[in-house]
Amino acid sequence: MLGIIKQKARCGVFPSSTVGQTLQRVRLSLFALRNYSTAPKEMTVREALNSALDEEMSADPKVFLMGEEVGEYQGAYKISKGLLEKYGPDRVFDTPITEAGFTGIGVGAAYYGLRPVIEFMTFNFSMQAIDHIINSAAKSNYMSAGQISVPIVFRGPNGAAAGVGAQHSQCYAAWYGSCPGLKVLAPYSSGDARGLLKAAIRDPDPVVFLENELLYGESFPVSAEALDSSFCLPIGKAKIEQEGKDVTITAFSKMVGYSLQAADILAKEGISAEVINLRSIRPLDRSTINASVRKTNRLVTVEEGFPQHGVGAEICASVIEESFGYLDAPVERIAGADVPMPYAANLERMAVPQVEDIVRAAKRACYRSAPMAATA
Amino acid sequence: MSSAFPAMKILQPLSTTRSPEKPLFDLLKSPSSFLGSASKLRFNAQKPSPSSSYSSSCHRPSTIVAVSDVVKEKKTLKSNSSLSNLLITKEEGLELYEDMVLGRAFEDMCAQMYYRGKMFGFVHLYNGQEAVSTGFIKLLKQEDYVCSTYRDHVHALSKGVPARAVMSELFGKTTGCCRGQGGSMHMFSKEHNLLGGFAFIGEGIPVATGAAFTSKYRREVLKEAGCDSVTLAFFGDGTCNNGQFFECLNMAALWKLPIVFVVENNLWAIGMSHLRATSDPEIWKKGPAFGMPGVHVDGMDVLKVREVAKEAIARARRGEGPTLVECETYRFRGHSLADPDELRDPGELLNFVILVYFVFPFL
Repeated sequence: MLGIIKQKARCGVFPSSTVGQTLQRVRLSLFALRNYSTAPKEMTVREALNSALDEEMSADPKVFLMGEEVGEYQGAYKISKGLLEKYGPDRVFDTPITEAGFTGIGVGAAYYGLRPVIEFMTFNFSMQAIDHIINSAAKSNYMSAGQISVPIVFRGPNGAAAGVGAQHSQCYAAWYGSCPGLKVLAPYSSGDARGLLKAAIRDPDPVVFLENELLYGESFPVSAEALDSSFCLPIGKAKIEQEGKDVTITAFSKMVGYSLQAADILAKEGISAEVINLRSIRPLDRSTINASVRKTNRLVTVEEGFPQHGVGAEICASVIEESFGYLDAPVERIAGADVPMPYAANLERMAVPQVEDIVRAAKRACYRSAPMAATA
Repeated sequence: MSSAFPAMKILQPLSTTRSPEKPLFDLLKSPSSFLGSASKLRFNAQKPSPSSSYSSSCHRPSTIVAVSDVVKEKKTLKSNSSLSNLLITKEEGLELYEDMVLGRAFEDMCAQMYYRGKMFGFVHLYNGQEAVSTGFIKLLKQEDYVCSTYRDHVHALSKGVPARAVMSELFGKTTGCCRGQGGSMHMFSKEHNLLGGFAFIGEGIPVATGAAFTSKYRREVLKEAGCDSVTLAFFGDGTCNNGQFFECLNMAALWKLPIVFVVENNLWAIGMSHLRATSDPEIWKKGPAFGMPGVHVDGMDVLKVREVAKEAIARARRGEGPTLVECETYRFRGHSLADPDELRDPGELLNFVILVYFVFPFL
């Protein structure tokens, strides 16, 4: 780079004094890079969750982990790797296959002051325990007029994976998100995973923590602040991943990554998209979403789950109720297809939102979509 | 029993604990025992050397360890007649052999295709357990129902679903038995009365119980003559700790439903050993607790399984109600093709392999 500048100077493009200054500046910045910048630490979501669990378990002896294969198998997806070895079988419990039973046991333990972390191998299996999540955990604080507090965390992978069929691919964000008494979190990045899981474990109320199997292996840069053991993210606050001014795209979990990719594609076509990572499904950060829509005047909600009664439906209703006058276009919902997840790979691809779907919806909201060709 | 399995616990018949009623079953003289390293896990025994385990396997009693009164009667009857040793005819034998070899070859091909990327997601193979599927399902009629778990390829094949349809389903093709929509864990066939293929542990049991309920309802309420379909529910050892299992045992016995609950006890639920997960590992004992016979059988021997199955299915067809059959078996591969299978002891597999290849009459 220095060589090119010198050459240009010789050809008379830059006055020599400016060249000298530029070279100085460049040399200084390179020097700075060499000495002060360490590449930001990268961490996979799996490592983030593992470290968060480890730190919370070591900070508070009342925290224990219970679930299928969490101990000797190191976790069905290796999230609890090393924890059995470190904390022993008195804090990391391998359970028989009986979700209703061990979830109930966890809730009962939480009633009496312990802080269980219940792992579901996939949130699909939580349906066998949903009675306890809703009726014993979520509603208890209200029913007992505050006498009973249930500081429990239900965590596990949620949503579609790859080719696992209809009974392993459902997204439960909308179902749990509609229940008063629960808090529902959906992290995207490693920083999210760490901060939100720690917040969830420290929270005095039942928290449903929706992870994503396909994100476990993905690496994200984490700041030094996020690596600190007291790091915590606030529950109920969304994060604006990327600022924009033309259209607001809300997403959670894996769809945040897709939305960011869509935003890049849209930027090339002159549409500046603001991508909001919800982080918290319940409580939903309505103020951030509405403030963003009041700025951009257009909304596209993205989720992986079924469309009817989905998270997007709630966001659209909220925006129409609170910011109707600011909307310049109808709200757009992108969701999974309204079918049980098919097994065949080509059908599965069509049943889950793809980046192109988000781009098309954003363009529709900006009245920039290509008109449908009339068939002869 | 033998030097290779020290400190074997002899089971007491339930009759000593159930009084004053007449016990539902009687334990035969030979002690019930777990094969393989289940005893190792429990009693911390040394790993048996190949020669000693060979000799011990050879001297294993060849009687079926069954606990149903009727079966015991039948066996004594059999030993008196001149045809006592003829358990199956040559044609039946060949049918059973073909079915088991098909099951094994099919599963091996699935593994190959999976690692070549032709199939995806979760694939759970049945290698080693073929005797259970063949032993039971080959006794059924087309109108009888089979309900299974995610480890359902071989149940589908035994029930008569063409291998091509099952393989196409795994590839996600429209020519598959579910047009590629179900996948490995969700094999359904209306024609062959295969009720699936369920991903959740225990989910198939109430569905199977419902099919048995329908069969009885059609016969007694709708007065459909000749409707005597029997249902087989297949599930594993892990499922026997699940609430739905117990609920259905209760209702099936209460209403005398024509169902056989077949436990494929392969000692492992993914990485969780049956002994670590279960307070009383003898699953067959749970039948009598609900008022039905509980039978324990060597699931690696297709002839033994078939004998027990014949009786259990006949019982159901006669309207005498359900039976719980625990087949002790072993899966030669991991839980699924994505399972690293690090927790099982290779010696355990060796024990079963030796039993199968040196004891099993066909091989």
